[in-house]
Amino acid sequence: MALFDEKVRTQLKDILKSMKDTVNLSFFTQEFECWPCTDVHEFVKEISSISDMIKLSVFDFQKDKAQADKFNVDKIPAIVLNGKDNAYSGIKYYGLPGGYEINSFIQDLIELSGKKEPFPAGVASRIGAIDKRVRMQVFVTLTCPYCPSAVGIAHRIAQESPMVEADMIDVSLFPYLGQKYQVTSVPMTLINDVYSLVGVQPVENILDVIKKL
Amino acid sequence: MDFNLSPGMLTAKQNFKPLKSNMTYDVLILGGGPAGFTAAVYCMRKGVSTGLIVKEIGGQVAETAGIENYMGFRYINGMDLAMKFKEQVSQFGIDYDEKSSVDSIEAGEIKKVRMADGRVLSARALIIATGAAYRKLGVPGEEEFKGRGVANCSICDAPFYANKKVVVVGGGNSGIEAAIDLAKVGDKITVVQLLDRLTGDKALEDKLNEFKNVEIRFKHEVTSINGSEGIESITVKDGKTGKTDDIPAQGIFVEIGLIPNSALAKGVLKLNQNGEIMVDCSCKTSEEGIFAAGDVTDVPFKQIIIAAGEGAKAALSACNYVLMGE
Repeated sequence: MALFDEKVRTQLKDILKSMKDTVNLSFFTQEFECWPCTDVHEFVKEISSISDMIKLSVFDFQKDKAQADKFNVDKIPAIVLNGKDNAYSGIKYYGLPGGYEINSFIQDLIELSGKKEPFPAGVASRIGAIDKRVRMQVFVTLTCPYCPSAVGIAHRIAQESPMVEADMIDVSLFPYLGQKYQVTSVPMTLINDVYSLVGVQPVENILDVIKKL
Repeated sequence: MDFNLSPGMLTAKQNFKPLKSNMTYDVLILGGGPAGFTAAVYCMRKGVSTGLIVKEIGGQVAETAGIENYMGFRYINGMDLAMKFKEQVSQFGIDYDEKSSVDSIEAGEIKKVRMADGRVLSARALIIATGAAYRKLGVPGEEEFKGRGVANCSICDAPFYANKKVVVVGGGNSGIEAAIDLAKVGDKITVVQLLDRLTGDKALEDKLNEFKNVEIRFKHEVTSINGSEGIESITVKDGKTGKTDDIPAQGIFVEIGLIPNSALAKGVLKLNQNGEIMVDCSCKTSEEGIFAAGDVTDVPFKQIIIAAGEGAKAALSACNYVLMGE
């Protein structure tokens, strides 16, 4: 059954018209698909059928290990979003970008296609100065209206810095991670397994934490 | 699976222009809730040069599950309404900044707004519509367990409390809504209410009464949040007998009203004892040319429709001030 109804499909079509260039999606699943994998597979198929600018590649997490390693994919279902050159942007979704999370996904598509507002100069130079490897894991639930903002900020920092990668993690699909990191409030942004920030934090706060690493 | 697409969040972007530090605006508006967005529409239609500084779109509206008392919508979810506000503002090509916070403001003929990222913006008039944030309990354990069992957003975090015991503090609309969200998934929900009755809307109260796993402790207050790794119990005190007892719980949702986001106005504008910016009936503050609207002010009843109306009033007052020196 189609995930998008006609109304959502039409809206998406309209919004994605503003994409400027190609965005590459790499979807990682396995031969016998787990139930969330099936949903996410259907999602990437449907979204890439809406715009010619979206190119989809599907990989097997086990068999295509080299590809998974290239994009630091360590669990499935995973979607990696890259720009036209398909060089690793650091942007990943672990789980379905459903509920409110569709908004961060669409925002990523548009920004990666080359259409984005530049950060203020002060923020841009701080992001440019990041010289350590940073991994942000943003834990979300799909019913959380704030979460797409937290995902959007983390993904945007990842876009601007080759040192940063940022994952959206639907905590309901990965309860062991929720337990490991004691997630009881979302959005929660975990930075290099060391610092966690609850709620939507302004980009300056995230950069302050990154500086402490 | 539903897709809560908010087209305004994306398409609207194109019609916004960045804020400029090298000019003096007629009006700068601080806040992206109903008051701030409404003020923006009024200022743009008046034709004064306007900048809008938004930290979080929608403010508290964005996390309200369902809204049935904003006219024109029989039912709309909070995020959708916030996006509709934003979309409506975007058509005017306003100078706009999102996800940025303001450190301080300065009064004077030309007002200054100092941003956290170092930028300084200027305007002849300011409208402060920075809203309000959750009030805290101020009891032991609250800070320690914040984000680890102490929560505010039930639609965000209810899934973590499936089959668990949860305490909701507060018997107003927000508390009742949280209790309903949690009762759907939780094992046992205890509502702790200071008064001897609930103070929410009858419609919500009726809905709450449909759940069998909800207990209400009237005339009780929370005195501490206890646990080691996570929350294990909540200590409550009976206001009549003074006796305390521990309610076993893994989480606590605090819904006891709001504190105004008025820190930036401290020392600049007159605040009342609750920290709300004092305004007169035309939204004027104690400083000439600085106006305020919505939940950050001392206007009674914190409601979306009231905040929006106050935003319109503040904008018209600010435009009068800029255009006619009134």
